[in-house]
Amino acid sequence: MAANRSVLARTLLTPRGGIAAGFLAVTVACALLSPWIAPYAYDLQNLSQANREPSALHWLGTDEFGRDLLSRIIWGARTSLAVGVTSIAASVICGMTLGAAAGYFGGAFDRAVTAVVDLTWSFPEILIALIFVAIIGPGLNSTAIAIAIGYLAQFTRLTRAQVMALKTETYVEATISLGAGHLYVLFRRILPNALTPVVVAGMLATGDAIILEATLGFFGLGAQPPTPSWGAMMSSGTAQIFIAPWIIIFPGLAIAATVIAINQFGDALIDALDIRGRLREG
Amino acid sequence: MLDYILRRLLFLVPVFFAVSFIIFMIIHLVPGDPIDHILQVGSTAEQRAAFTARYGLDKPLLAQYGIWLTKLAAGDLGEAIILRQPVTDLILQNLPHSLTLGSLALVFSTFVGIAAGAIAALNRNGWTDRSVMTVILFGSTVPSFWLGLLLILLFAVQLEWLPVSGARSAASLVLPVLTVGLGGVALIARVTRAAMLDIARRDFILMLHAKGLSPWRIHLRHVLRHAMLPVVTILGLRIGWILGGAVTIEYVFARPGLGSLLITSLGQRDYPVVQGCLLMLAIAVMLGTLLGDIVQAAMDPRIREGAR
Repeated sequence: MAANRSVLARTLLTPRGGIAAGFLAVTVACALLSPWIAPYAYDLQNLSQANREPSALHWLGTDEFGRDLLSRIIWGARTSLAVGVTSIAASVICGMTLGAAAGYFGGAFDRAVTAVVDLTWSFPEILIALIFVAIIGPGLNSTAIAIAIGYLAQFTRLTRAQVMALKTETYVEATISLGAGHLYVLFRRILPNALTPVVVAGMLATGDAIILEATLGFFGLGAQPPTPSWGAMMSSGTAQIFIAPWIIIFPGLAIAATVIAINQFGDALIDALDIRGRLREG
Repeated sequence: MLDYILRRLLFLVPVFFAVSFIIFMIIHLVPGDPIDHILQVGSTAEQRAAFTARYGLDKPLLAQYGIWLTKLAAGDLGEAIILRQPVTDLILQNLPHSLTLGSLALVFSTFVGIAAGAIAALNRNGWTDRSVMTVILFGSTVPSFWLGLLLILLFAVQLEWLPVSGARSAASLVLPVLTVGLGGVALIARVTRAAMLDIARRDFILMLHAKGLSPWRIHLRHVLRHAMLPVVTILGLRIGWILGGAVTIEYVFARPGLGSLLITSLGQRDYPVVQGCLLMLAIAVMLGTLLGDIVQAAMDPRIREGAR
C-alpha cells in the first residue's frame, strides 16, 4: 500500500497532475452534488428569459426555453461521467476477461479472439457505436452499451499482450512447478501484474468515451430531452447560433476541459508509474 | 508487389462477409418484428403476409442473407421506408460529397501534419515546438463537432468570410475539411515529431554530420525521409478513424453525404438506408486501410516479404 501512496503523491505533486486532479475533483463534485449546487432546476423553463446572455442572474446565460445554462452544465456532468465511467468500466472488465483467457490459454480460442479484435481495430469507434445504436435504438443506455463495445477491442488487445509477456516469467513458471492450478496462476500471479496498464488505459479512454457520448447526444441519438447532456445541449443550440452562441460555447468548454484534465492526469500517472512502454504493447 | 496486393485483397474477403453479416442482422436484432418497421400501423393480415413474402422474411436467416448479398451484388439495397426511393440512388447522390470531404481532409492532415511535426522537431523544446504541440494537443482533445461549431461561429457568423452550412460552393468545403483534418493533423504531427527525434539520434545521421553535410540537407533529405515509415504506418492504421471524423462533421455543417444520411435515417429508424450507409462506410474503411497497407509495402520491401 505504501508504494501505491507514493505513486499517487508523485502524480499529484507534478504541476499538471495536481491541477488536472483538482479540476477533476470539482467535476466529480458537480456530478455527485448537482441537486444541491445547481442554482436552478435543470428543467425549469422561463420563456420570458429565453436566449439571455450571461448575467448576474444566469452566470452562463439561458437557452431557448429560458433554462439556466450553468445549472444544466452542472447536471450534465452527472450524465457525462455516469455514462463515461460505467461504459468504460464494463468494457475494461469484459476486455480483461477475454484478453486474459486468450493470452493465457492460447489455441483456437486465442485465434478467434484475435481475429475479431483485428477486425474491429481498423473501424473507428463512432462507426461501431452507430451500428449498435442502430440495433438497440437511441437513448442513454444504448449509448453506454455502444461505447463499451466500441472500446472492447482496445482492452482485450492490451490485456492479451500483458498476459503473453508475463506468462513466460520465471516466477510464473515457479508457481506452476509448485503445482498451482491454471486459475490460481492467472488470477493470483499474472493478472495483478497486468492490471495497472489496463486500468490506466481505461482511465484515458474515459475521456474519449465522454466525447463519444457527447457526439451521440449531439446527433440526438443519446440522451433524450429534457435529460441534461453536454452534447444534446449543443444540438439544440445550433438553431440559436446567430443569437445565442453561449449555448454552444459553454457545454463544449465543459467537455474540452474535462477531457484535457483526464488526459493530463493520466499522462502524469503514466510517468509516475513508469509504464509508458508497457502501454505501447499490444 | 502485385502478389502482396492480391494477398491483402484475399484477406479482406472474410472481413467483408463478417461485417456485411453484422450489418444485415441489424434489421433482425432490432426489438420487434422487422415487418412492423416497414408496414404502417393498422395493416391487415393479408398485407402482412404479402410483405413477409415480398421481403423474403419467411425464409431461413442464412437464405435471407444470401438473397440480400445477391441483390447487393446487383446494386440493389432495397427501398427507403421514409424517403421512398431506392437506397442505391440515395447513396449515389450522397457518396460524391463524402468522398470529396474525406479525401481532401486526408490530404490536408497528411501534408499539414508532416509539416507541423517537422517544424516542431527542428525547433525541439523551443517556443515554436511548444506552441505547435499545444495547438495540436487542444485540437486533438476537444470534440470535433464542437470545433466545427466554433469555426462556424468565428468565420461564418462573426467574420462572414465563409458560408455557415450546405454544399453549394467550393468555399463551403473549407471549414469542414479544416475540422475533419485537424484531428488527423494532430496524430500525424505527433508521430512525425517523435520519429524525427528518434532518427536524428541514430549513428548514420551522426556520420552525415561528421561528413560536413549542411544540417538542413541532413534533416530534409535523410531524417525526414526515414521518419516517413512510422508516419505511413499510423496513417494506414488510422485512415478509417479520419474517415469516421467526416461522418460527424457532415452533420454539423448540414452537408449532404453518407454521414448525415446515416444519422438522419438512424433518427427516423429507416433501416434499409441505415444498412446501406453503414455498409458503404465499412467498405470505405476497409479500402482505406488496404490503401495504407499498399503504400507502406511500396515504401518498405521488408513488409512485402515479411507478410508471406
